[in-house]
Amino acid sequence: MRLLKYVLRDISRGRWVLLYFLFFFAVTEGLLFFTAGEAKTIVGLMNVVFLLIPLASIMFGTLHLHNSRDFIELILTQPVRRSTVFCALYLGVAIPFVCSFLLGVGIPAFIHAAAFSPAIVTLLTTGAALTFVFTSIAFYLGIVINDKAAGMGLAFILWLFFTVIYDGVLLVITVMFQDYPMEQPTIAMVILNPIDLARIAVMLTVDYAALMGYTGAVVQKFFGSGFGVMLSAMSLLLWIAIPFGVGLRSFNNKDW
Amino acid sequence: MIVIDHLTKRFGKHTVLNNLSLEFRPGTVTAIIGPNGSGKSTLMKCILGLVKPTEGSVVINGFNALTDVRCHADIGYMAQIARYPDNLKAREVIDMVKGLRERTADTSDTLINAFDLKPHLNKPMRTLSGGTRQKVGAVVALMFSPHSLLLDEPTAGLDPVASQQMKDQIEAAKIRGAAVIITSHIIAEIEELADRAVFLHEGMVIHEGSVSSIRQQLEVLR
Repeated sequence: MRLLKYVLRDISRGRWVLLYFLFFFAVTEGLLFFTAGEAKTIVGLMNVVFLLIPLASIMFGTLHLHNSRDFIELILTQPVRRSTVFCALYLGVAIPFVCSFLLGVGIPAFIHAAAFSPAIVTLLTTGAALTFVFTSIAFYLGIVINDKAAGMGLAFILWLFFTVIYDGVLLVITVMFQDYPMEQPTIAMVILNPIDLARIAVMLTVDYAALMGYTGAVVQKFFGSGFGVMLSAMSLLLWIAIPFGVGLRSFNNKDW
Repeated sequence: MIVIDHLTKRFGKHTVLNNLSLEFRPGTVTAIIGPNGSGKSTLMKCILGLVKPTEGSVVINGFNALTDVRCHADIGYMAQIARYPDNLKAREVIDMVKGLRERTADTSDTLINAFDLKPHLNKPMRTLSGGTRQKVGAVVALMFSPHSLLLDEPTAGLDPVASQQMKDQIEAAKIRGAAVIITSHIIAEIEELADRAVFLHEGMVIHEGSVSSIRQQLEVLR
């Protein structure tokens, strides 16, 4: 906890956290001010949020771990367990970014009286979860890849994969196998991408899934059910826990 | 007391440390010298638990240094390059390390005065010069009067006054009974500070003894 306090203090004083807050504040305020209808605003906001959060989390997390190597060495020579150091570093990076996002979107939403709508609450929850997911992935990359440029490059490629390439591949597969029942494989593929999971969770709250035709209806039926919600939440938690666990193991075994 | 027993470290096929056995006794300053890539830093990092050996053991004051982090409570370490979180102040870095140790008594105020750090305590680390950051590193390493002191090129980057202060602190630690290990490329500094020297080459100890005997060895190698 003592170490976490100082890591939080360091990250919170950095200009990136402030810029991150100002960006979300400006985008949310702008969309709420200029866009008519909550559904349109939420979908517009979702497109920005689910692109920027993974990008900022994975790039900043990887960069921060590389830039902190000398500091990590100093801390590891103190009487502190490696797992404690890893948790403090992870939470010290993720928490300020989650808070910036929650305040940046939450304050304008509250001002415009949309704060307690299910759509905004879902957007805030999934956005926070994605910050933890991509910070976990970033920490794993920062630990296993010693070269900073290579780490940053791979972080960017992973972001591109999850935000753009994955959906393209999903679309190609769906078209290629259009003569076959694709609902269940589609659901499985959605679960394998945390951004798609978050996107569907938000879409369901604004009833836009109905526009996606039969598959959309099946997806809505599945993810709208109690089991679907539970499975989505579990999948997102696993997306946080698995890279975190693998990263922690790598951190514990790493030669600094 | 630091005891290294049959220590080997391999990175893939490359053997960086090859079956090293050494002892660092209380009240002794030992210099580890050798050409670049001879394994000096890896040896230091193995003692500190930063690098996990392939074989062998490191025991510090009775604790297994590879598995028991409690041994770090009585170790002071100063890195060759001092980098700290940009947005923390010098005072906060010192307070943070104090918070991580279980011991409460420390000599940080005396050391802050000795290294003339007072004017810089409330400045963010990113605004401090390399030498001033090195002084913060010296305070962090020395403030608990540890029984094991590992200093990687301790005077590099320090101005002449701070450099002399650092040498005085090493001498004081030795008199106090600490096992001090330093690395340096400056032979005159090693002669001034160390009682004993260990010459490493390609991960092996090729000579161990008094500093003057190491100088003779270097002449032979030339």
